[in-house]
Amino acid sequence: MELKKPPPVRQLGLEPTAEVHTPLAPPAPATTNGNGHRPDPGFVAAPRHVTRASYALDRMQIDEVSVSYGAKEAVSSVSLPIRQGEVLALIGPSGCGKTTLLRSLNRLAELGNAVTQRGQITLDGVDIGTMEPTALRRRVTMVFQQPNPFPMSIFDNVAYVLREQGKRRPRKATLREPVREALTRAGLWDEVGDNLSHPALRLSGGQQQRLCIARALAADPEVLLLDEPCSALDPQSSQVIEDLIVKLREEVAIVIVTHNLQQAYRIADHVAFMYLGELVEYGTAERIFRSPREDRTGEYVSGAFG
Amino acid sequence: MSATGVTVVQPPPAGAPTPRRVERTGSWRLSDRIGLAFAWFLGLLFCVIAASIVIYLLVQGLKYVRPGLLVTHPTVGYNENQTGGFLDPLIGTAIVAGLAMLIAVPIGVGVAVWLTEYGRPRALARVAESTIEMLAGAPSIVLALFGTLIFQSGALGFLSQETGGIVYGRSFFAAGAMLSLIALPLIVSTVREGLQAIPMHVREASYAVGKTKIATTRRVLLPAARPSVITGAMLGVGRVIGDTAIIVVLLGATQNLDGVGSTPVLGTLRGTGSTLTSYIYDNAPTGELNQPHKAFAAAFVLLIIVLVINAGVDIYSRRARRLRWS
Repeated sequence: MELKKPPPVRQLGLEPTAEVHTPLAPPAPATTNGNGHRPDPGFVAAPRHVTRASYALDRMQIDEVSVSYGAKEAVSSVSLPIRQGEVLALIGPSGCGKTTLLRSLNRLAELGNAVTQRGQITLDGVDIGTMEPTALRRRVTMVFQQPNPFPMSIFDNVAYVLREQGKRRPRKATLREPVREALTRAGLWDEVGDNLSHPALRLSGGQQQRLCIARALAADPEVLLLDEPCSALDPQSSQVIEDLIVKLREEVAIVIVTHNLQQAYRIADHVAFMYLGELVEYGTAERIFRSPREDRTGEYVSGAFG
Repeated sequence: MSATGVTVVQPPPAGAPTPRRVERTGSWRLSDRIGLAFAWFLGLLFCVIAASIVIYLLVQGLKYVRPGLLVTHPTVGYNENQTGGFLDPLIGTAIVAGLAMLIAVPIGVGVAVWLTEYGRPRALARVAESTIEMLAGAPSIVLALFGTLIFQSGALGFLSQETGGIVYGRSFFAAGAMLSLIALPLIVSTVREGLQAIPMHVREASYAVGKTKIATTRRVLLPAARPSVITGAMLGVGRVIGDTAIIVVLLGATQNLDGVGSTPVLGTLRGTGSTLTSYIYDNAPTGELNQPHKAFAAAFVLLIIVLVINAGVDIYSRRARRLRWS
């Protein structure tokens, strides 16, 4: 068998003069605003298919938030805005606290043992600590790394979110329209619309993940949290979901945690780089990837560590 | 292999596929090879023992089993041609199994859900766990004896026969209740395993759309664990219909269904009866009735029932396992 050299996807920043074949895109152009001290971070840009956000509306405000597991501080004193109309990507190496931060946005983090949190997170000006968790989680929904549809039909997966607890379950007919709408928003209706009684776990991985997004959208949330939603999927399914995320940012504020730097670059409007629980740098995706201000950020986005 | 020790990988000649190489034990250490041979020997020995029991019973049973035995009531007679079949024990087996499951499944599922999903305070959960384990290890005759103590108490007279203030304490109710304790540990452990196999992120996915813990348990976890509930119940039935001690002590082991009063179903449940196991016990060569042919025929039927249940569990759980999260 003929041995092929795997195509380098991104240039490692160890040796700045190393020659790299870039089959995907031309080398990153030098920064245009010229305020970065690292004009060429060595990051090979994938084509960025995001146009500038048309508007941005502040939804959540993270204010000096620290989260600790027992004595270990996982997130220390992070402040960030979360806006509708934009995609915010949290990047950073494993264990840097980005998932913990994401999970504290819908108070899922506090379900763990010995979790303490300081600081304040507000949703539309209201401290989320004062809200009932279930009410909060209907407004700030979440999609996980592994596709996890419930073991029921496609219809029931989405309808589950709409069925209120404690009250009489609404009739199936009244749920049909909102279910259709949620599946349409998640771009799944064309594929499953005529077979809603199909068991959800029989869908493909990418379809399952879009079903999970549909489920999260069915609650009509203000903020959608995505915890590495594409890491268990193949590139084609990832692409579909990335397009979907970009489309959805108009209707809902999106926060995405990702290990995939190219993905963050492709879809995010703002990027927050976290390291060892601290927020190192926050800025537009263009700036973070092309002219990071902090050395750590530059090293991370150029692949020196992480 | 060249003399310099550098391996040169030759490309396979075009056309002829290289034979697939498999691991051979010839290169193993002697102790490993002996261990492997011993493991094979024990495995085969176990199969032979199990198969010989089943085959012996099947052959013996097939000699004496007649379809008519399944539909005739047992009667008293001088020889085996006159003593009828074992319809009543067959019905009795179904009744005790049904009663025991009616009690054990809801309790078992509840205990399993509490232990897996709640389990606070920890100390109480640990006590519950060891109680279940103790129950699993308790000999059924001990449970039977304990059962007589309970069901002969005056307050529970309505569950069995009561004459002149003396409570008989033997009925399908009594036997079913104590038999449920035998099935309970099996159901609890199977359902617990089923619940534990559900990844944490599935629960969180439900919380993350604003569902409470109880709604998550009811609508997501229990449906997801349904295969293990059914498996546990079927295993429990297998255990229950195989128990003898509780039947003899708490069901009275009377040959026929011996109802109390005139209410049709309730009367039967309050009355005494027998199951296939107690029928076999009575008809065994050492038993009161000593009709070995009948005993073999009944044992054959019982064995078939147990085998069918176990095969059913196997097929069902294999099929149910197909739809899971990664």
